[in-house]
Amino acid sequence: MTSVVLHPGMVLIAGALLLVALRGTARAAASLIVPAVALYLVWQVPDGVAWSAPFLDYQLALISGDRLSRLFAAIFAVMAFGGALFALNQKNPLELPAALIYAGAAIGVTLAGDLITLFVFWELMAIGSTLVIWSAGKGSAYRASLRYLMIHLLGGVILMAGIAGHVAEFGSIAFQRMTLDSPAHWLILAGFLINAGAPPLSAWLPDAYPEASWSGTVFLSAFTTKTAVYVLLRGFPGTELLIYIGLFMAFYGIVYALLENDMRRILAYSIVNQVGFMVTGVGIGTEMALNGAAAHAFTHIIYKALLLMSAGSVLLMTGKRKCTDLGGLFQSMPVTAICGIVGALAISSFPLTSGFISKSMISQSAADEHLFYVWLMLAAASAGVFLHAGIKFPWFVFFQRDSGLRPPDPPRNMQLAMLLFAALCIVLGVYPAPLYELLPYAVHYEPYTGAHVVTQLQLLLFSGLAFFVMLNYLRRTLTITLDVDWLYREPGRKLARESVAGLSRAGHKLEAGVRSQAGLWGGWILQQFGAMGAGSPWPTGSMALWVMVLLLAYLLLYYI
Amino acid sequence: MITPHFPILQVVLPLIAAPVMVLARRGTLAWLLAVAVSWAGLYISLALLAQVADGGVISYAIGNWPPPWGIEYRIDRVNAFLLVLVSLIAAVVVVYSRASIGAEVPREQQYLFYAMYALCLAGLLGIAATGDAFNLFVFLEISSLSTYVLIAMGRDRRALMASYQYLIMGTIGATFYVIGVGLLYLMTGTLNMADMAARLQDVTEVRPVLAALAFITVGVCLKLALFPLHVWLPNAYAYAPSAVTAFLAATATKVSVYVLLRFYFSVFGASAVFAALPMGKILLLLSLAAMFIASAIAIFQADLKRLFAYSSVAQIGYITLGISFDSVTGLTAGIVHLFNHALTKGALFMLLGCIALRLGGVRFDNIRGIARVMPVTSFGIVLGGLSLIGVPATVGFVSKWYLVLAALESGQWWIALAIVLSSLLAVIYVWRFVEAAYFREPDPGIVKLKEAPLEMLVPAWLMIAGCIYFGLDASLTVDGASQAAATLLQGIR
Repeated sequence: MTSVVLHPGMVLIAGALLLVALRGTARAAASLIVPAVALYLVWQVPDGVAWSAPFLDYQLALISGDRLSRLFAAIFAVMAFGGALFALNQKNPLELPAALIYAGAAIGVTLAGDLITLFVFWELMAIGSTLVIWSAGKGSAYRASLRYLMIHLLGGVILMAGIAGHVAEFGSIAFQRMTLDSPAHWLILAGFLINAGAPPLSAWLPDAYPEASWSGTVFLSAFTTKTAVYVLLRGFPGTELLIYIGLFMAFYGIVYALLENDMRRILAYSIVNQVGFMVTGVGIGTEMALNGAAAHAFTHIIYKALLLMSAGSVLLMTGKRKCTDLGGLFQSMPVTAICGIVGALAISSFPLTSGFISKSMISQSAADEHLFYVWLMLAAASAGVFLHAGIKFPWFVFFQRDSGLRPPDPPRNMQLAMLLFAALCIVLGVYPAPLYELLPYAVHYEPYTGAHVVTQLQLLLFSGLAFFVMLNYLRRTLTITLDVDWLYREPGRKLARESVAGLSRAGHKLEAGVRSQAGLWGGWILQQFGAMGAGSPWPTGSMALWVMVLLLAYLLLYYI
Repeated sequence: MITPHFPILQVVLPLIAAPVMVLARRGTLAWLLAVAVSWAGLYISLALLAQVADGGVISYAIGNWPPPWGIEYRIDRVNAFLLVLVSLIAAVVVVYSRASIGAEVPREQQYLFYAMYALCLAGLLGIAATGDAFNLFVFLEISSLSTYVLIAMGRDRRALMASYQYLIMGTIGATFYVIGVGLLYLMTGTLNMADMAARLQDVTEVRPVLAALAFITVGVCLKLALFPLHVWLPNAYAYAPSAVTAFLAATATKVSVYVLLRFYFSVFGASAVFAALPMGKILLLLSLAAMFIASAIAIFQADLKRLFAYSSVAQIGYITLGISFDSVTGLTAGIVHLFNHALTKGALFMLLGCIALRLGGVRFDNIRGIARVMPVTSFGIVLGGLSLIGVPATVGFVSKWYLVLAALESGQWWIALAIVLSSLLAVIYVWRFVEAAYFREPDPGIVKLKEAPLEMLVPAWLMIAGCIYFGLDASLTVDGASQAAATLLQGIR
């Protein structure tokens, strides 16, 4: 408790509430200043617990800083700033405040030193992000946001059950490293993984994110999954299960992204894919792998936001989101196209971009641990990334055949935001030392060795070749790809309806059964009470019957 | 000094006030008197709680007839806690009721309303204070009969039907209770509960005792609306005047829970009820059924009052779930939820009354866009709804937390999961209000409405503030509840 620190997340949230009241230039200025202040405050967070408060029988640690939490809090603040800059001309007055609450809650999670604080911000994040999706204002977005919210609240309650179990078992609420030795920790892990977009519930992500507005998706891409990576890094490093979950996610993302036609859904699936790399890194669990996962989360936020900004610009200027409707846009939208390509190169971890210096750390750590198959699959997945995000997105949107669309580049602030993030991608790629400085463990890794660069270039060239050879198969048609979400969108809903109706039917049947079985005496009771109860929603007679049934049941049970 | 007579004054003040109100025949005068006795009652209950805080027991012999021959009022930490709760709710609701009842009950009947209100209060406090099983029955009838009248005063004609149904069910419940007490009297020859408990130890013929337990269980569960004996409750809550709904939802079922606790732990003894009989399992299953089925039914309601009435049935499930664990944590969770839910539901029904005052009803198709014209009321309902869901920083979270801890303590993981999963259903029905009030375009009829008057908003918000305050600093309520739980478990095992 050396100095008085303001909570950066709460500052963001307070700023978001302030934004609701502001209009015009003041609002624009405030929406940039608030994240900047938050970023400054993140650097003021000292090591150890800085804010604590009593709650129930426990001592909450509202701010608890170390290198890892500062790293994530910082990139979240940077992201909030870039996203706000990009979203300045968003007409919907709700979206930006909601996004800043979302960002503030994400920072709150990273700074939380105990599980209860973490849970509170975790839920706030779910609400903030739901509002972001909802403010797209379309009916489909509204329905998607409700599905999204239900999945996240489900994750939240599983997490809460886990936290309660952890407290019951260990008596401490501190958020520390856990092992999968008790059901409580399994539940906590499940809660975390739902937010990470892990199977079997990955589908919430590509279901909901593309339904947000052109600026909303940019925010959504950054926080939820990356806070999940953060809590996994802190809570479950070196859990072997995570390697397989991560690899599954990496390939799941690739397969669905290759099949997808909607440009922002492609990028949404690619989030699952990229988070898969990070989760694998957490699962490997060596210092370098954890560094790699953290660094990859950092760079991923930047280039994925950049890609979605470029896709958002296209959506805003053309109103179209399907690859089949787009193409040839580089002619009239050069800035957007160039920034999109930089983002695409970075996600493919092309040398000299930020993706290269982070992702290679994860693969290298797999190699160092002699996890040959893991390394191989990571390499294959890297090639797949280049296929679906690195080439597919820019090729179908900006090049390919000419769609005849000639929209101009988006407004100045959006270009500025894209250029800022594109510059960050390149700078971090060329000069990774500052990022390596921030990582939780000391870095003994040199990305630019001949072997690394040549391997990566070979990989990229061959997969690039494969893309153009197979172009005819990859050309998208107007199809819908089914995912797990269909299960709860269609049969799930029917099941819910049916089960409620079924329950009431069963109740009536049971009652009818009891009535017919009750014999003379029961019949007499019903005649007495049933007639009087006729016409009311629940006949008084049937109520009285239930009382009798219960009494008899009790007597029977007691006497046995 | 007057202090030694507090146990009886607690009950007798509203009991005497009622006929005075009838004689005065003035609505305003009756209201003033109701306010006076309610707040005096709050003061007395707090003083009583302070007296028993150290674990002592106040035994008050009425008319100086010593127990077990005379009627004994026996205050320990359990019922002192409950007396505070009932008095507190009564004191807040009575302030609120003036404007609300002014709009919903004809002028010439208002003094009768307050008389019935005072009687009902006296009945509920009497149930809580008395240590005599038959005296408890008398107060049960006093509170029930006055409740039937109060419900029937609702504007909607269906209120009569609801009241009638409740009358039938309530009478069955009370009859079962008195049959049970009769059987116990047969076996022990006493009506004093403490005495009864001591003598039950020596009873060798257990069948009549078990029958008594069955009768009392079913009778009291009817009054506390344990699933599936809840069917009278939604209609009664939906059609009663708003102030009555708020008062009953916050107190009547809670007092019945207390009766159940008292009989299980202090008369029959926890070991007889939970160890020797499958009572814990039955209660557990019925509670879980209430939590899920009643919440699911709540989602499909078209009327907000009915919706929250079904939600009450579900929340009572949480309380009985806590009891079914038969552990300190479980009982603490149940008792603290009893308090927390009373605050939450009381506040919610009071706020619904604010809307009803302006709109005449709280059906979903009427309240579209209501948040634009009644922002304070709507926001209060949202906060109350969050507490129902169990969001951290509200009282609902505190209850759920202890419930989950109790479930884990008993080693039943699936129950902990069921508890948290059932709150998802609460999310849905609370969201239905948010959606209708905030995200729908208001009807032209709504736009010219005004916010509810302060004399209704302030009491309602006081309760909402309580929901937040006790959610942040739960030491007071949790300590009170855990002490009460410890006292209960000290009873004969």
